[in-house]
Amino acid sequence: MNITWYIVLSSLLFVTGVLGILLRRSPMVILLCLELMLNAGNLALVAFSRMVGNEQGQVFAVIVMVIAACEVVVGLGLIVAIFRRRLPLNVDDLRELRG
Amino acid sequence: MEAVVFFVAAIGALGGAIGVIAMRNPFYSVLFLIVHLFSLAALFLLLTAAFVAAAQVVVYAGAVMVLYVFVVAYVGGGGESAWEPIPAQRFLAPLLAIALFVELSIAVLGSALKALETHGPDVNNAFGDPAAIGRLLLEKFLLPFEASSILLLLAAVGAIVLAARRRQEIS
Repeated sequence: MNITWYIVLSSLLFVTGVLGILLRRSPMVILLCLELMLNAGNLALVAFSRMVGNEQGQVFAVIVMVIAACEVVVGLGLIVAIFRRRLPLNVDDLRELRG
Repeated sequence: MEAVVFFVAAIGALGGAIGVIAMRNPFYSVLFLIVHLFSLAALFLLLTAAFVAAAQVVVYAGAVMVLYVFVVAYVGGGGESAWEPIPAQRFLAPLLAIALFVELSIAVLGSALKALETHGPDVNNAFGDPAAIGRLLLEKFLLPFEASSILLLLAAVGAIVLAARRRQEIS
């Protein structure tokens, strides 16, 4: 398979993640859509690493996985904190920081 | 054979991604994300990235998704109102997404990278195996490796600070 196929698939997955972030209002689903976007980036990194014939892109993908795990841990901690304070789990209602 | 595996995995990945954003219940969204992650692991194997595929299954589909399932079970699904505060958002969002995809496609099709149309150079079986990745991580990319380990520690401490129950909240 040509590398172009992988890149096009990766951009499709990224766009799906963007669409989810724009459409959904539950913070949990928004975190899941962030995962989709990070994974699309990972796929592009690994595909380009195969194209060049060098493993360094795969190391980048592993580091991106670590960043994604950190983001998930902090995001889920925030969701649990919001839930404990009996605030609504809806990003449209949580807009006190809006300027 | 390779094309068949690619298209099956691509349909799985895309279907999983669409399932994540289409399901009302967050629990089903998490299950669809697991389908998506397994399909991506198959794609990584096709790209001869064995270690990344294994890490994807073990770390992502294993550990991170268990965390998600726990939080969804704790917080409970639903709670998302069907009512849109901005009615135009439902139409604008797909439009923006399509525009982004067209832009990315133009960037890929107009790219000067000649190697995009190829399969990539021929590599032996040792390409992307744990030994090669480990050597790169511990020799060339030692600093990013250590920085990411500190970042993980900080994230763990931060999550405990955020989610821990405080004394005045109980009373």
